[in-house]
Amino acid sequence: MTTPQTRTGIVWEYAPAPESSAHVRLRGSYGLFIGGEFRDPLDGTRVATVNPATEEPIAEVAFAGPADLRAAVEAARAAQPGWAGLPALDRGKYLFRIARLIQERARELAVVESMDGGKPVRESRDVDIPLAAAHFFHYAGWADKLSYGVGGREVAPLGVAAQIVPWNFPLLMAAWKLAPALACGNTAVLKPAETTPLTALLLAEICQEAELPEGVMAIVPGDGRTGAALVREPGIDKVAFTGSTAVGKDIQAALAGRAVPLTLELGGKSANVVFEDAALDQAVEGIVNGIFFNQGHVCCAGSRLLIQESVAEQVIAKLWARMGRLRVGDPLDKNTDVGAINSREQLERIEELVSAGEGEGAVRRSVACELPERGYWFAPTLFTEVAPAHRIAVEEIFGPVVSVLTFRTQAEAIQKANASPYGLAAGVWTDKGAKAFEVASALQAGVVWQNTYNRFDPSAAFGGYKESGFGREGGPAGLRPYLRVS
Amino acid sequence: MSRLAVRKTYKLFVGGAFVRSESGRYDTHHGFHVPRGSRKDVRDAVRAARGAAGPWAARTAYNRGQILYRAAEALESRAAEIGAPADEVEASIDTFVHYAGWTDKLQPVLGGINPVAAPFLSFSLPEPTGVVGVVAPEAPALLGLVAELAPSIAAGNAAVAIVSESRPLPGLDLAEVLGVSDVPGGVVNLLSGRRGELAPALAGHHDLNAVVDASGDPPLGAEIDRLAAESVTRVRHASPTTSYTDAVADPLSRLEAVTELKTAWHPVGA
Repeated sequence: MTTPQTRTGIVWEYAPAPESSAHVRLRGSYGLFIGGEFRDPLDGTRVATVNPATEEPIAEVAFAGPADLRAAVEAARAAQPGWAGLPALDRGKYLFRIARLIQERARELAVVESMDGGKPVRESRDVDIPLAAAHFFHYAGWADKLSYGVGGREVAPLGVAAQIVPWNFPLLMAAWKLAPALACGNTAVLKPAETTPLTALLLAEICQEAELPEGVMAIVPGDGRTGAALVREPGIDKVAFTGSTAVGKDIQAALAGRAVPLTLELGGKSANVVFEDAALDQAVEGIVNGIFFNQGHVCCAGSRLLIQESVAEQVIAKLWARMGRLRVGDPLDKNTDVGAINSREQLERIEELVSAGEGEGAVRRSVACELPERGYWFAPTLFTEVAPAHRIAVEEIFGPVVSVLTFRTQAEAIQKANASPYGLAAGVWTDKGAKAFEVASALQAGVVWQNTYNRFDPSAAFGGYKESGFGREGGPAGLRPYLRVS
Repeated sequence: MSRLAVRKTYKLFVGGAFVRSESGRYDTHHGFHVPRGSRKDVRDAVRAARGAAGPWAARTAYNRGQILYRAAEALESRAAEIGAPADEVEASIDTFVHYAGWTDKLQPVLGGINPVAAPFLSFSLPEPTGVVGVVAPEAPALLGLVAELAPSIAAGNAAVAIVSESRPLPGLDLAEVLGVSDVPGGVVNLLSGRRGELAPALAGHHDLNAVVDASGDPPLGAEIDRLAAESVTRVRHASPTTSYTDAVADPLSRLEAVTELKTAWHPVGA
């Protein structure tokens, strides 16, 4: 256990504060959720889902095969006219029920999310689960007001939506996809990520509790091949994907000539820009939240830290001191700031990019914290002396690793921030309001946080510019991808 | 004695200049030599558009609206010189007028303040996506082009358009109208030539943000989709616009296809 030292010299010891998992009701094995019931796979497999903090299996989960996907799409197809034909208020009421049930089972969902994915329970409890409930609540209210959300146009649902979500915010991303799709009168087939299927399967149970009509929502766990097969299913009318840019491009190409509307929420290498006139202590907190939130497994993570030269030394010193006080370890400990890396594969990718960073001449500093012996861990890491062409300044690391670059002028900051094929998010730190808004408007990013970072809300659109994807989730803009308008 | 006519030389319109194809190739239409643009011309046009996109987007919406309206005025006064039927020219003029009015309406219609559950001012605003490639339909050669071009530039983008292959003259005539209507050089670039050669070069250009494919040609559309996927370029497929009613039937969808929504957050209070 670490005993971090504050600047005042007071040593704060943290006793373990583990969240109990006694109230979690997990089955030993989960089938595929198709047509309103858990089914054995027709031609799929069964795979154990592993706790990345202990490498121990938590439960066995069915992965869908091609026949399973076809069955899920057919069930969703069969259910769609009835779902779209319900009084719109009733569609909304089902979604309100789901929102309420997520709130009621919030503690259980938070613990399972942290067990399955490795994220600190503080984040699952305070961010993932409440926001997932809020998304259902927000879109529930849209179900009978859809025209108002799209500039008064006539609307109709698209049909069956195929949705693929990543492993970094498993339930939250499922909510971002499902809530607007269902509110608009579509039915959905959702594929959770290979390493984090459990909360989506608990959501399936919640759908049963809510008496959501059979077939309206299917949950078909699987790996990348399952996702690739799902988007190629002939019976789908819409694809929504959140994940890597490489897979996004593959999906976009796979849909060529098919006239299936697509939304993509892809990778990022977001710039977090700190000007010399920023409130520096506040900025350091924002930098930490920007890159170490969820172990940096965040598509909009502030992974390129751009600091104005005049304050760079000072900010780096403050940041490094603050990093030393991060508590890394047991995701179920309520004091933990940085949990486990989601999978061995992801850990290897982080290690590979970090050694590339060292190899290219950047200077690495990793926090010397004790890491558990079992499980997948990576100590919070800071790179200085980074050149804009280094791989760690260009490629998405998707881990607790921040690359520092410097700039002299505002124009240079904007130029460097925009010099990326990505354009998902950005941060701007300055106490000058006029400058904050001017810089925010010049940054090519779908979300710009001014003097804050990593804020999300169901009423606020989220999505990327350039190779970070297209289409928006959240707010009225999140309805448009699920509607045919005229 | 009758006066000897001054014949017109048709050229491409790139970066505000009238240029021949760098390839030196031409096709013949109605007795005129028309440049047969090349992939290099496409790249030059995209570069010109990229250079013009930022300053165009930075102009006020009011200013952009006046410039689009000026384009309508210029087209009206030259209606007789355009190689297209009078009713098609009129529909094109009205389409410019319609989209001129959108420049300062887009933001309130597509954007707004987000009622977030935390002490922040959060707002979402549409911004131009950047450079838009337009593949105009074969016919109607003028209206089919204007119906895609007008929303693209009204939203604040710069555009590179491939005009009708079989009827390139109306599109190139439009260049002369835009050239005298305060549209800054590079905001609209017009290329003539073989669609099968130019459209893939345009859709596959990695510095293009969006493609509007109004070719009405499904195999070409699928090829555009595949090429666009290489750099996550946004694609809208549209059937050829044949009337003013068509051109303004769902203007928001045309505008949405060439805009990005940006959300900004700013703390309120401490």
